[in-house]
Amino acid sequence: MLVLDGVHSHYGKSHVLHGVSIRVDAGEVVGLLGRNGVGKSTTLKTIMGLVRPSEGRITFEGADITGQAPHRLARQGIGYVPEDRRIFRLLTVLENLRTGLDRPAVDETRRAALLEKVYTSFPVLRERRNQAGGTLSGGEQQMLAIARAMMLEPKIILLDEPTEGLMPRMVGQIREIITMLHRDGVAILLVEQNVPLTLDVSDRVYIMEKGMVRHHAPAAELRASHDVIHQYLGV
Amino acid sequence: MVLTDQIVIQLINGIVGGMILALVASGLTLIFGIMDVVNFAHGELFMLGAYVGTTVMVTTGNFWMALIVAFVVIGVLGAALQVTTLRPLLGRDPLYTILATFGISLVLQNWAFWHYGPVARKIPEPFTAHFALFHLQYPWYRIAIAALSAAMIGGLWLFMKYGKYGIWIRATTQDRVMASAMGIPVPLVHTVVFAIGAGMAAASGVLFGPLVGVNHAMGFDWTLKAFVVVVVGGMGNLAGSIMASIFISLLEAFASLWVSPAQAVIVSFVALILTLLFRPTGLFVPTPK
Amino acid sequence: MSAATPVASPARAASAALPSRRLGVYWTGFAIVVLLLAAAPLVLPEFWRRFTTEILIWGLLAMSSDILIGYTGMVSFGHSAFFGLGMYGAAAALLTVRPPNLWLAMLYGLAGAAVVAIFVAFFATRLRDIYFSITTLVFSQIFYVIIFTWTDVTGGENGLTFRQPRLGVPGLWEAPFTPETLHWFVLAVVAASYLVLRRITQSPFGMVLQAIRENEARTRAIGYHVERYKIVAVMLSGLFAGLAGVLYAIQNKFAAPDFVLFIISGEVVIFNVMGGMGTLVGPVAGAAFFLLLREAFSRFWTEFYLIPVGVIFTLMVIFLPQGLLGFARRALNR
Repeated sequence: MLVLDGVHSHYGKSHVLHGVSIRVDAGEVVGLLGRNGVGKSTTLKTIMGLVRPSEGRITFEGADITGQAPHRLARQGIGYVPEDRRIFRLLTVLENLRTGLDRPAVDETRRAALLEKVYTSFPVLRERRNQAGGTLSGGEQQMLAIARAMMLEPKIILLDEPTEGLMPRMVGQIREIITMLHRDGVAILLVEQNVPLTLDVSDRVYIMEKGMVRHHAPAAELRASHDVIHQYLGV
Repeated sequence: MVLTDQIVIQLINGIVGGMILALVASGLTLIFGIMDVVNFAHGELFMLGAYVGTTVMVTTGNFWMALIVAFVVIGVLGAALQVTTLRPLLGRDPLYTILATFGISLVLQNWAFWHYGPVARKIPEPFTAHFALFHLQYPWYRIAIAALSAAMIGGLWLFMKYGKYGIWIRATTQDRVMASAMGIPVPLVHTVVFAIGAGMAAASGVLFGPLVGVNHAMGFDWTLKAFVVVVVGGMGNLAGSIMASIFISLLEAFASLWVSPAQAVIVSFVALILTLLFRPTGLFVPTPK
Repeated sequence: MSAATPVASPARAASAALPSRRLGVYWTGFAIVVLLLAAAPLVLPEFWRRFTTEILIWGLLAMSSDILIGYTGMVSFGHSAFFGLGMYGAAAALLTVRPPNLWLAMLYGLAGAAVVAIFVAFFATRLRDIYFSITTLVFSQIFYVIIFTWTDVTGGENGLTFRQPRLGVPGLWEAPFTPETLHWFVLAVVAASYLVLRRITQSPFGMVLQAIRENEARTRAIGYHVERYKIVAVMLSGLFAGLAGVLYAIQNKFAAPDFVLFIISGEVVIFNVMGGMGTLVGPVAGAAFFLLLREAFSRFWTEFYLIPVGVIFTLMVIFLPQGLLGFARRALNR
């Protein structure tokens, strides 16, 4: 469904991605592991059109989306949850959700249904729906960021380090959310530093090093043998 | 010795002037807040709005028509300018947008000079009733200006807070990248906001028209005043720029009790400089820790 | 002005030597240009001779502005203040001291510009980017209002007129200016200023300025006292701008508040952008280009020449931001 083919991109003047090729099929959970600075976040940003690739192609559902504007991609069904969440701090929780909910394709009833669904999965958001986003705790903001992306009814969600900066007990919540999304048929491209979580929820895993994909295997394989993980990530 | 009635008159004048300035400045701060564009041509949009107002008044004699037509015509002009000259500059050093809008201001100002000629035009007051204020016959129209400006700014605020697309504008102002990632068509939002800002400047021009003559050179002073207000009120801060407008206008009004109006502007410049030195985020904005 | 550029140590950059053949070409070119300009009063009719002299004076003003815009990355919208104070300073000398003395006029003019420069320098160290630019604009407006309203001292709206001083050193040799000698004098001053400024921009000092333009935080982190460099840059810029004002006063024998108006500062920025920022000669070419365009369009469109010129300027900002000589920026700065 989502295919990156030989993508190169730059961040400022540094050449960050050196020919990245990745595939995510419908409904899959794919993990992207690697040390800090290898280009995992840049990969997601390049897919989402926040960084323009200098070379290579990105296709989504058969169509070439290389370098398209983010708002088009969001409308086509790609959701993005950045690291550090980036919720709209001055908008209320409900208004944050509405940024994704208020689409011409969606009528009133479906909107209400979507909202209800998200409130049920994230009761704390219902509670705080009229509070400004900036007043939420780190964990709550992460949930809001994911819920917000869900409002787009995406076919795939790009999740960038969802457990970063969260307390250990929240990792379990993140695992549950990913499982729920997977059950709903939403594909996920998960960038994470938390290796056990990633191996647990993913179907396949890519490992990156210095802007390139170095290893690619089913998660089960990596769960069984820790050598590869140790080799690339030192854990 | 200054008499109390002079102070009260200047107080009212200051508030009236402040409300017009607030209408102009709110457009400028809206544009800056959402796309980091310092619109050097804002005063020219004000001036052109006033001229459109004179034309409409001559043909229909209806003041409200003048307001609406000016808003729409200059709003469309603003949108066209943004799409042709400012969109290509997105992502480049902000210096270039200042330069581009400066270039636009030169073209607009001289075009107005060419098209309308050097003789100042007048927009007749929509009503000429006065009320007695001390020894003066104070025109009701001036009070009406303040009320109308407040109404328009209030309308803008309501639109941003509760309107259907208000969320789009506010989200884009806070984080344009994330707004785009949420499916909000940011380039379109930019154009619409620029158009709204231009329209508001044009409406202020029509409101201001009956007070003085309309001429092609009136724009620059307003651009400068609006800049001062936007900085003193906090760049991108709507409420701040409204308060700052009234503050600056009152300062100048009171200053002109002692010095000539030409020299009174120095007071607002000093306010600007002091703000930049001691409270750079804005006089009415709490300094971030 | 971009944040992510890695910065090489400025000192290292200054010591990179230029192959001597290129230097030879450069100096030959320079000599040719100067000779052509010197020949102007001998071959051109008076109107065009005067035009050329004006180009030189505005060119000097534009060069001074380039130090800030092109080399340090600080956009000044208030250069008219330096220019105007230089003009009025010279006027003060020529009106108060008898007989009117050329060198005294220059001294007073430079002193006047220096006073303004000190103020601006103070703000330069505290304000960045757009705030600095707006402040310079505001400053020039303040000076305009003061000059315009302080009629007793400055002549207000009407300005001041005075006699032209004599060229030479009192006691040694003196002669009144002729159109030719005036032109050569201006050319000498402008050319000398160019050489001085060029020397400065290519010195380690100039390299630090450029480093500040590229990435101020990085430069500070390396250990340079950015504030001091900025102050010197503003003083330098202000003094040469004031010098241009003095030359203008001497040539035209009057000083008027109009020259402190924003439009002058705006035109200076136009010269810089059209000609190419950061090249020193670019702004001079930009001034020439603008003045020629104005002259050409004035023939057809009298006072409305700014409509087409404004359009050209805006188009250049969008499509040719490096200016006419921008492509040669590297070459001109070696």
